[in-house]
Amino acid sequence: MATLVHTETLDLAARFPGAVTADTRPGYSGWIVNKENLVEVATTLRDEFGFDLLSHVTGVDYFPDKMEVVYNAYRTTGGPGIFFKVQVPRVDPIEVPSVTPIWPGAEFQEREIFDLYGIKFTNHPDLRRILMWEGFDGHPLRKDWHEPFYEEDNKPFKSRWPDGKFLSAEDKNPYKDNLRFPQGFDPEKITFDGEAALYGALAKYQTTDKNGLKTDHVIVNMGPQHPSTHGVFRAAVVLDGETVIGLKPVMGYLHRNHEKIGERNTFLQNMPFTDRLDYFNSMSNNWGYSLAVEKLMGVKPPERAEYLRVIMAELSRIQNHLILIGMLLNDLGTFFTPALYAFEERELILDIFEATSGTRMMCNYHRFGGVARDLPAGVFEKIRDLVEDRIPRKADEFDRFLTENEVLVSRMKGVKVINGEDAINYSITGPVLRAAGIPYDVRRAQPYGIYDRFDFDVALRHNGDLYDNYLIRLDEIRQSVRILQQALKQMPEGPVMTGKPQYQVRVPAGESYGRIEAPKGELGFYIISTGKPNPWRYHVRAPSFINITALEKMCVGQKIADFVAILGVIDIVLGELDR
Amino acid sequence: MYGKGILKGLGVTLKRFVDTYLDDIAWWGRRYYNDEGIAHRSSAKGRGIFTVQYPEEKLPVPEEFRYVPFLVYDEGADGKKEIRCTSCGICAKVCPPQCIWIVRSNDPQTGRPIPEPTEFFIDADICMNCGFCAEYCPFDAIIMDHDYEIASYKRNVFNMEQLLKPASYYKSIRPLNYARNEEERKAKEAAKAAKAEAAS
Repeated sequence: MATLVHTETLDLAARFPGAVTADTRPGYSGWIVNKENLVEVATTLRDEFGFDLLSHVTGVDYFPDKMEVVYNAYRTTGGPGIFFKVQVPRVDPIEVPSVTPIWPGAEFQEREIFDLYGIKFTNHPDLRRILMWEGFDGHPLRKDWHEPFYEEDNKPFKSRWPDGKFLSAEDKNPYKDNLRFPQGFDPEKITFDGEAALYGALAKYQTTDKNGLKTDHVIVNMGPQHPSTHGVFRAAVVLDGETVIGLKPVMGYLHRNHEKIGERNTFLQNMPFTDRLDYFNSMSNNWGYSLAVEKLMGVKPPERAEYLRVIMAELSRIQNHLILIGMLLNDLGTFFTPALYAFEERELILDIFEATSGTRMMCNYHRFGGVARDLPAGVFEKIRDLVEDRIPRKADEFDRFLTENEVLVSRMKGVKVINGEDAINYSITGPVLRAAGIPYDVRRAQPYGIYDRFDFDVALRHNGDLYDNYLIRLDEIRQSVRILQQALKQMPEGPVMTGKPQYQVRVPAGESYGRIEAPKGELGFYIISTGKPNPWRYHVRAPSFINITALEKMCVGQKIADFVAILGVIDIVLGELDR
Repeated sequence: MYGKGILKGLGVTLKRFVDTYLDDIAWWGRRYYNDEGIAHRSSAKGRGIFTVQYPEEKLPVPEEFRYVPFLVYDEGADGKKEIRCTSCGICAKVCPPQCIWIVRSNDPQTGRPIPEPTEFFIDADICMNCGFCAEYCPFDAIIMDHDYEIASYKRNVFNMEQLLKPASYYKSIRPLNYARNEEERKAKEAAKAAKAEAAS
């Protein structure tokens, strides 16, 4: 039974003398745990202190002497989270015990750290590369690893001014010179070790059936070119008849090492790059990032900017859920009629984004300490028309159009996605968690911005099946409309930016984690600054990536056709999943 | 009754179908191929489908819309191009994908920099249209364009000649921003003049 100790007063060092010390580096918080005691401390945190939701795990390369693995856990009952870290010397082989047995949601994140940092997790059930390909040389997030078109460690590059001479990267570094292979690697004679490992991981399912007959199981690759995977996502599925008995997601086709790019960029330059994560919701991505940096800088946006942020984020949530419903129906076979009905209001919301920020999807609207510009003339009225009239009407139309449709109901009702307990264990956040009966919403659990001023309900459904996952999106649209109506009424006049706009911000040294309730789940940015113009570490806690960890758990035992629908309701977007 | 939900849903599609034609009749001849019709279709009062038939008709572009930047020049007395850019390099430094290259010019006699670029390149294929260059330019010399139809078969690397556009073009695509800039500039000049007067 969990005992409630406030995170602020929780003294882990006293609970584990010798094994845990407080992190006293300036600007840092949390605890440093001995590698040997990690599993014990993590189990205690979960079972005794109730930190049941492992928000994210990530690595940090403190070149040249040590590596660090950072864990961040929260309580689903709300409140602040706890950071704990393991430090290991930066000498291969670097080994850290896995926390996957405690929080299964860490599985893919640990694979990611292994892939990008080369830290091995002992006791991990399936430690393979996850984003990079199998023949890849090195671990790209290490500070001493350089990419093919490498120019300098940090932007701005010196060759641009005052005597910049344009030279395209392709000419400077032609094809074949820009690739690095491991020693002795011959691309002509590539052996698909990774494929063997992938299907080897599936091989445990190839058993004889209960009558002693050897049954042929069929391995089907769903994707990467498959209309239901919403991008270049692939899942290797083992089928017995049409029942899924094993599944391994394969990803990384859209991987561009967003985090490495982020570490090269200055703090401000990262803002437009966050747009490209979950490209449907650039407004909320901006918010998560500016929240993290503002925490370090200690600036607060003015009132009007806070309201503008809420308005844009909620509009973004509405259009995201509209797409989800439309595309889910596409996945279920109702080709494009519902999708296009859903896109209508989305288009109007994008018109508002375009008029305000300049672009429909890559908004780049937030700045540290405010937003880029105020609403242009006429846009406020457009938003009001939408919120008071068109969007509620659209939600009602969808109710009439789909909610009672018998074909749809029989297709979706009772097809279990995940139950609440598993969802927490797998670190699932967002609508999928709430549809499984866990009322966890960052806007309520740890309010950011000005969400504590609004009167709204955390949308909740209890069955965790496809139908509830569909309904909760409509519920959330309605709650967002409530928030928007209040925000539009309360929004004051005034400036939208604190201080003068600066292109080079001073960010004090330290770590910071800013998280928001993005439409797809908890979106967080973990940033380490060393006081220089560029972040030392820039990590994105991507809800799509972490929610997909439980895909196998969700799909095993279901029909292959339901896999398509389940993938649809998890609401992944590949820009964020692969980063 | 089983099947009621389906019928209700089909009713929605039927209503849409009828609504489109009703709106067509109500806006006879004005619903398509003009800005007023496009605005009506996407307003709260519009009913039925509101597809925009690109390229025959195009959504009006809002003032803040941003696409690949261009350089502004003022038209001098004898048609001389007075380039606003002083090659201070802020745009090149703030550019996230680093797609701006500037060569600063130096006075041949003194070797001191003079405020005009010799060369200016923007690699439009790398440009991510974030608008930082225009936002942080202290001289309003680089402005985000509205012309989005630049698809081509080759790489789009714009040099200074291709990038330069007159201030009148800037005024035509962004009237409000232009007016605001001019006001600021006048206020600054007035302040400078007042200061000079106080000093003399």
